[in-house]
Parts: sequence; structure tokens; C-alpha cells
Amino acid sequence: MTKVSMNVNGKKVSRDVPDETLLSDFLREKLRLTGTHVGCDTSQCGACVVHVNGKAVKSCTTLAVSLEGAEVTTIEGLANGKELHPMQVAFNDNHGLQCGFCTPGMIMTSVDMVARYKAEGRKLTSDLIRQELEGNICRCTGYHNIVKSIEDASAKM
Amino acid sequence: MTTGIGNPVKRKEDRRFTTGRGRYTDDVRNDNQAYAAFVRSPHAHARVKSIDTKAALAMEGVIDVLNGKQLTGDGIGNLICGWAISSKDGSPMNMGAWSALATEKVRYVGDAVAVVIAETQALARIAAEAVEVDYETLPVAASLTAAMAKGAPQIHDNAPGNLIYDWGLGDEAAADAGLKAAKHVTTLDLTNNRLSPNPMEPRSAVASYDAAEEHYTLYTTSQNPHVARLVLSAFYNVAPEHKLRVIAPDVGGGFGSKIYIYPEEITCLWASMKTNRSVKWTSDRSEAFLTDMHGRDHVTTAQMGFDENGKITGFKVDTIANLGAYMSLFSSSVPTYLYAPLMSGQYDIQNIYCNVRAVYTNTVPVDAYRGAGRPEAAYLVERMMETAARELNMDPAELRRRNFVQSFPHQTPVLMAYDAGDFPKLLDMAQKSADVAGFPARKAEAAKRGKLRGLGYSTFIEACGLAPSKAAGSLGAGVGLWESAEVRVNPVGSIEVLTGSHSHGQGHETTFAQIVAERFDIPVENVSIVHGDTDKVQFGMGTYGSRSAPVGMSAVVKAMDKVEAKVKKIAAHALEASEDDLVIEGGAVKVKGTDKQMLWHEVGLAAYTAHNLPDGMEPGLKETAFFDPVNFSFPSGAFICEVEVDPDTGVTEIVQFVAADDFGTIINPMIVEGQVHGGVAQGIGQAMMEQVVYDDNGQLLTGSYMDYTMPRAADLPFYKVSHQVTPSPNNPLGVKGCGEAGAIGAPPAVINAITDAIGNNHLNMPATAHAVWQAIRAGKSAMAAE
Repeated sequence: MTKVSMNVNGKKVSRDVPDETLLSDFLREKLRLTGTHVGCDTSQCGACVVHVNGKAVKSCTTLAVSLEGAEVTTIEGLANGKELHPMQVAFNDNHGLQCGFCTPGMIMTSVDMVARYKAEGRKLTSDLIRQELEGNICRCTGYHNIVKSIEDASAKM
Repeated sequence: MTTGIGNPVKRKEDRRFTTGRGRYTDDVRNDNQAYAAFVRSPHAHARVKSIDTKAALAMEGVIDVLNGKQLTGDGIGNLICGWAISSKDGSPMNMGAWSALATEKVRYVGDAVAVVIAETQALARIAAEAVEVDYETLPVAASLTAAMAKGAPQIHDNAPGNLIYDWGLGDEAAADAGLKAAKHVTTLDLTNNRLSPNPMEPRSAVASYDAAEEHYTLYTTSQNPHVARLVLSAFYNVAPEHKLRVIAPDVGGGFGSKIYIYPEEITCLWASMKTNRSVKWTSDRSEAFLTDMHGRDHVTTAQMGFDENGKITGFKVDTIANLGAYMSLFSSSVPTYLYAPLMSGQYDIQNIYCNVRAVYTNTVPVDAYRGAGRPEAAYLVERMMETAARELNMDPAELRRRNFVQSFPHQTPVLMAYDAGDFPKLLDMAQKSADVAGFPARKAEAAKRGKLRGLGYSTFIEACGLAPSKAAGSLGAGVGLWESAEVRVNPVGSIEVLTGSHSHGQGHETTFAQIVAERFDIPVENVSIVHGDTDKVQFGMGTYGSRSAPVGMSAVVKAMDKVEAKVKKIAAHALEASEDDLVIEGGAVKVKGTDKQMLWHEVGLAAYTAHNLPDGMEPGLKETAFFDPVNFSFPSGAFICEVEVDPDTGVTEIVQFVAADDFGTIINPMIVEGQVHGGVAQGIGQAMMEQVVYDDNGQLLTGSYMDYTMPRAADLPFYKVSHQVTPSPNNPLGVKGCGEAGAIGAPPAVINAITDAIGNNHLNMPATAHAVWQAIRAGKSAMAAE
């Protein structure tokens, strides 16, 4: 057992956890933030993506105890109160989700993607969006409307 | 009205999903939660000699370890297949025994023999590793070839030669005569590759037992919770129906794989009673590959004959279907009644015969996966048409046009009576959208860049909303195929619709609300859709086979008919008008040509205050209905795929994908297009990427996303989707169903395009770069040899 403290969605949390506890389990089981999903066991599907210190990471392959003092944002912390993040709005506007299971990871990846390109001054094209989604699998949408959603939000972020 | 039928209303359910507030089964955690882990066979075929649980039981935090003998000893019944198919000689299908926890023998890698219940999931898994099972391994038949070989290992004692049934549909003599009379006969040998459905949410079950009430509650990843309750109760003897509540909350995709009742749900329910704890099991992805039902897996030989004008004279099909180690719930119907009746395609074919043999192998069971039988039929028929056109040196579109069914209803020789359509016009629409006229120029331009460009068609038919119950029953179905609905108008005028359909991505909370908003002219926000809970919804058959619109919505319409009749009686009485003079519009019930009206919510309130109702009328305003369709609905599609192949590497890019569909009436075009996108993506996945592989020992080689290729964003194009509407006369809304079309129509369009590009018709799915490269080389050496 190790005590780990971090800021999750702006709140300081502290828990004693077994050393092998994954961040995804820490969020889902210890904090009951069940918006972060686990869709595979090989770090391929990206349903578990959250932001750690402003960067997208796969929480299913991150040890919770390695994140002492980290700033973690999950899908539950993305909106500003009742006001949704432009990416959340864009996924609704463009029908970028169906069953919703991959959606939290898709949105967290997409927010990181757009922010990175903006910070680097690079233009995000639909081809680049498809390449950037390499680590996120969706089985429902065929990606068409996910790419459209990200293009739409990119123009508004 | 902008929220009624035909409008792209944004989804009402999205807010909870985009903010992480969806509630899936694994999100449920009860106060006394314990966790299950299954001890699974590492062998594809073995006798279970003994199970030693001492070490596992001794571990701190392990609550119990339970096995199959205890399970059957408590009277839990074997898993069943719910559709009885008889062989041609009249003998019943050879259904082998399948216990949720194997007792004597294991028959595939992953077959469960015991379950560990522990305080945490991690501990349960560690303890499961500590259970020692002594196996006596047996020879394995992991493929159709091995299972059908002389002297093959016998997987079930009651299925000699591993044959489950040898079934036929159509007139064999007529098909033979049609082929004999043909000017040209095209022969094809095809395989339809084995797939894993892979909804992104792994299966999960949370079972609780209330000893005081002797009552069970099961949260489960199900497409049809009422069917789960029925089967768990009537066949598996877990609990009587009134002592069992099944809840399928948010479900993260199904594609058929969550129709069935699996060993894990049965075991968790039973274990919750044995341990007096709430028992949760959630699959990981590796376990999902091992234990979720697979799809497809056919080997087929077929001949189609043509006269001198290119008209089809006869079609004969011989298919072998791999059903895996056990007969899953609807497995028997998939390669029979969901396959052979589709052999007429969009074509007027008088002479058809289809023979199907279903065979056991030492692999996970095979059952319905998106399309279920219809993709296998469309792949065969559409590759046949394209191949024949090449052999006859005809334009493949023209060959199809010469054979299209022209008038409706159309009775085929294989059971089906097509409802409505316009196949030539649909093909026109697709050809225009794909700019087929400009293809030769694009091909020439690609050649300059060293690329091989090809174009492939697929003009396919499907059958949705499996029906009617009486006919299905006569063909062996064990359940009815109707749907139920309840429409409750509350005293404040808001409406709740309780439906037996289940949404796991289809957007029912929006589309079902749209048909109510349209009917009563109220805001879509004032309508809520309730589904997925056997304690709330009276009954239902759930969602599969693109049935939610043609069957589920029709039940809602029928209930709304009754509501409207009562609303008019209440208003007519209050307004002292004739019911015939009333219209429902603008949030009110109005007397035509006057300014007299009753606001919608005033009618609701009147129904519940019951102060001024017609004499003898019962208070309240809620109605229920069951809808049993008179026939299937028959969506049709014309898909055109265009590819570019790099001849040096075999790398293939889909440069254009056109999908023109006829789904009848469209409730929400945005959602329908989303269904087409997703279906086409899965069809492209089957055609180019996906393949379940077992080795000769029955070990699964594609057990994770490192080995099984899931289509990713960069593998897929944007899709050009368009619609034609010929309403189905078989249901009140004229809808046909849209969930499976993409997965049915896409594979042959893709393979027809690639084979067109490379000039070699011998190419099986999945057409990976390696397979395409080999086909290019084989084609070249064949030409050199000629």
C-alpha cells in the first residue's frame, strides 16, 4: 500500500492503494469516476484516455502511485459547470457517438490533439485527425462523424 | 415541426455520454460486492478428470470456488439453442449438452470449468490461477476440414461426424434443370471469414440475491433483457420470472454478440445465491475474444446459370457453416433461415436451391453478428454477379439490371415476399453519386501513377424485422417475434414510452421520441423513452436484426392509436363536440373550424382527475400494445466501392465508397446515416482486415487488439451516403430498418473492386496487403502459363 495524492478535476484527493493499482482503477473504483472506460487490456483502444498534467495518457497503463502531485482531468471534469466543452458540443452536433463507450477517451484524445496543433501552430486536416486517432478505436461510427466532430470543434476552440 | 419524423434531431442521450455520466453494467457496484473470475480450459478438447480448489480456497479474501457438478446439482439447466432446425431427412438437429460450467469435458479454449468468488477482482483472478484442474487432452478438430475428416474427433456424442444438421431450402431439381439449360454457368468457391463482433464495452454481469424475498436482480450487457429473463427462468431454472429482474442499462454496442445468454450470467446469478453476495464479473478484451460468440465462418461452393441474354436460369448453393463447440442461442437460424431465403438477392430468379450443413468444431460458438446470414448471402450473390459479368464480358451493372425484380410484391422461390423497392432507380442513384461515367479517366490517371484502380458493385437485399411470429414458429423459432410498447400520458401532459426494444447505440431515446412528438405535436423534450428493465417494461424481444424501427416503433404507434382514441373521447365530451371534428395539433385538441380547444396537458389532467369523463370511462391515460408484423421488411441497397492498389506492395486504399440505400421512411436521417457509416466500416473491416484465427490445436491466435485488426480511423474513408424512399406496406410508418445494411452490402463491393483492379478473381477475405499482393502475383503467373 502506498499513499498517493493528486488533483483530480480540480479537487485534491488522497488514497492508500496497492502499488499495482492502475490509474483507470483508481479513478473508477477509488473515486467512482466511471466515465473513464476500459475497453481492452493491451493499451490499444483508448477508451481510458484522461489528461495528466495537460497531456493525454492511457490511464489503463499508468500506475496511480506514479502520479503523486499530478493534475488529472477526466471526462467528468472537462465541462465548465453546466457549460460543455466545445468538443463535447461538437460530438453532439455532428453525431460523433453512438453507444458512447469509446466517447470519453475519444473526446479527451481530441481535446489534447487540437490543443497540441494550436500550440504548435499546425493546421489539423481530416487526414491528420485520422492518423492522430491511431490509439482510439470506435466500433459504432465508422469514424466519419468523429472526424467531422473534431474538425468542427477545432474551428471553435 | 422540426422534431418530428424525417428531421435530423440531435440525440437526447448524448449529454450523459459526452460528460462521462453514462451508466454501464461495470459502473454498477453494490454494497456487498464480490467479484467472479472463471477458471477456463487451456485445451480445446479435453476430459476434466479432477478439480483441486484447496489452494485457492485457502487464500485470504477468497469467498468460494464453485464448479459445474455443484451447478448442475442445484438444478441449473443446460444452455439451449432456441431455433429448432431439422435435416432434410426429417431428423432433428443434433444439439449437444452445454453446461455453464463444464462437468465432464471441455470443448474449446476458454470453456469455463469453475468460478472463484473473491473480495476483489484482482484477487479473484489470482485465485483462479491457483485452481488446479487435471485434464486428459483429446484430439482436436479446430477447423471445418478437421471436423469433417474421416475419423475426426467426436465433439458431442450425439452428433456423429460432428454434423449438426444437413438442411436444404428451395427446389434442387429445378435448380439443376436451370443450370443444365444455361448458356453459361459461373462457379465460385468462397469462404466467409470468421469474425469477432467486438463491441467496445466488454460483457459484464452484476448479480444479486435477496434471500428474504428469494429474488434475483441481474445487471447485464444485454440487447434483450426480457429474453434473458425468459431463458434464464424457463430453461436454466435460475429463478421463476417474477423472482428475477434483469436490467440492461447503458450498453456499449452489441452487434449481435449481446443477444445471447452466456454461461457467465447464469453462473453469477447462481453464485450470488450460493455466496449471499452480489457477484460481479467483467470480461477483459482477451476473455472477450475467447468467449464472446463469433460470427460468419462459412465455406461455400455455388453455381449460377445464365441464358444468352444474361438472365439467370438457376442458382445452386452448397454451404458448410462452422457453429463452434456448442449451439448458441440463435446459432442454428443464422446459416439457414437468415441466409438461404436471401439467395434471390435483388433478382428475379426462378430456380434456387441452397444446401447447408452445420458442423461442430473445437472453437468458441458462432452465432449472429451484424447482418447474421444476410452478409454471407449478399457476399455470395454479389460476388457471383460480378464474376459472371466478367466471364460474360458484360458490364456488371448491366447484368444486374437485366435480372432486377421489377414489380412488388415479389415472391421468390425461397420463402420471401419482397415488400417494396425500386432497384434500377437505386442503382442509378449510386452510379451518379459515384460518377461511374468518369471511372475510365480516373483509372487511366491512376495507371500513370503506377496504381491499379478498380470499381466494384453490390446491389443487395436484406430482410429485417423477422416476422411474423406464426410463420417463424412453424419454421422452428422458439420465441415470438413481436414487440410491445406502453405509452403513458402523465397528468401534466408529458409522455413516457416504455418499449421492449433496447438501445445500445442506435439512438432510440431520440428517434422513438420523434414519432411521439410527430403524432401528438408536442415538443420532443416532453417525451422520454424507458427501456432495458424487466421491472418497468411489460415485455419485449429486444433489439437485433434491424427490428427496432419496423417492429418496436410499430408497437408504439399501435399504443398511440389507442391513446389518441381516448384523448378524443375525453376532449369531445369536455368540448361537447363530435370526435370526428377533433384534430390534435399545436399542443392542443381542437374542434375543426372553431376556436374551441383543450390544451394537451388539460386532457392529461382531465384523464387523471376524472371529474368530467364520459360515462363509464376508466380514469387515466396510458395504453399498451403488442405488434406482430405481417411480414419482414426488405431494405435494399446499391453500393459502389472504388479502390487503388499498389501493385508492388498490395496496399489497397478505398478512394471512394458510395452507399445508396432504401430504408423506407426515415425517422432521423442523421442517425440513419450514422448507422450506415458504422455498418460499412464493419463491412470494410471484414473485407480487408478482420479474421479470427485458431491454430490446429484450437489455440486462438487472434486474442487481442495486437493480433486482431480492428479498423481504425486512418483505414477508412468518408462515406457518400444517399437514400431513396419506397415505404414498406407492412408496418404503419413504412420503415424498413437500417442497422445492418452497411455490414451486409460492403464486403462484396470492396472485394469486387479489388479483384477488378488486380485482374484476378481469386481473392478471399480479408484482403490484406499480403493477400492482395499474393493474388496479383498468382494472377500474373496464371497469365504467363496461358
